[in-house]
Amino acid sequence: MGLLNKLDDPYYGGGIILGKVEDILNWGRSKSDWYLQFGLACCAIEFMAMNASHFDFMRFGCIPRTSPRQADFIIISGTVTFKMAERIKKLYEQMAEPKYVISMGSCSNSGGPYWEHGYHVLKGVDRIIPVDVYVPGCPPRPEALEEGMIRLQEKINQQAIFNKRKRIAEEDKQKELIINN
Amino acid sequence: MLAQEIYEKLKAEFGDAIIEFKQEPFFDPFVQVAPEKLFDISLYLRDTPELDFDYLSLLGGMDYKENLGVVYHLYSIKLKHSFILKVTVSKDNPVVPSVERIWRSADWHEREAYDMFGIRFEGHHNLIRILCPYDWEGFPLRKDYVQPDEYHGMKVPY
Repeated sequence: MGLLNKLDDPYYGGGIILGKVEDILNWGRSKSDWYLQFGLACCAIEFMAMNASHFDFMRFGCIPRTSPRQADFIIISGTVTFKMAERIKKLYEQMAEPKYVISMGSCSNSGGPYWEHGYHVLKGVDRIIPVDVYVPGCPPRPEALEEGMIRLQEKINQQAIFNKRKRIAEEDKQKELIINN
Repeated sequence: MLAQEIYEKLKAEFGDAIIEFKQEPFFDPFVQVAPEKLFDISLYLRDTPELDFDYLSLLGGMDYKENLGVVYHLYSIKLKHSFILKVTVSKDNPVVPSVERIWRSADWHEREAYDMFGIRFEGHHNLIRILCPYDWEGFPLRKDYVQPDEYHGMKVPY
């Protein structure tokens, strides 16, 4: 029936699966993303709900880490004030590569309700660190964060590991061709 | 005790330092006092047995455009009555005596009023910014505050 049954039967599948090493590595990477335990504002409440049993973040393979050196990604969950922005940058720089960022909620996407008169709020966390997935909402429901997590897993699955620079250069060339034509 | 009675008691004790008493429908009655007598008045309000204001529930800064002010909301947990004190100071030299030694809850409230309005509380043991970063320039909740263009290389406007 499934993959495991094929592996069980040495004559049917031969106990062999053919595939690229890269796919397996990416599969492993995307299914065991550890995140930095880091909450900022009211989005952190939804984030906590996401961690609890109803939504169960751990089924994505996500385990909270209290040290940025052990974390694979960081969820910016809430308003980024200038006071906090410097600390976020410091935390992001301490994380080991490959690292990812999910920006959760309107505040960290674009400043949210503080976009005009917020003298103290950074208008979007992407002004200081690169963001992979934006989750809209004020605050987003845990389902939305789940969707964001699935998007991040898709992104990790498609990433190049071997001959990275060569392949990225080729992709850029093709993109240029498309733009020029 | 009613606000009117408290006001009469204060007036009898401090005289000219009690500038104004206002009692209007739909608004809490308040007393405007002279800032230089504020500490003595506060101490009197707390230590007189029939007043017994043992709890400072709120201390907030105000910007009246020409002047700055501080509002004190007092409450007596034992006698269940409340009272409001107000002081006004000029914008050039906004100095108000600290009531931190009378009510300990004034500590952080005064630091916040200093952080947001630049009102200096004389006698406070640690008057530094509480919300903004220590190197922040200006006092954000003043009416004439102008938002900076950048902070530590980060752009402030949208």
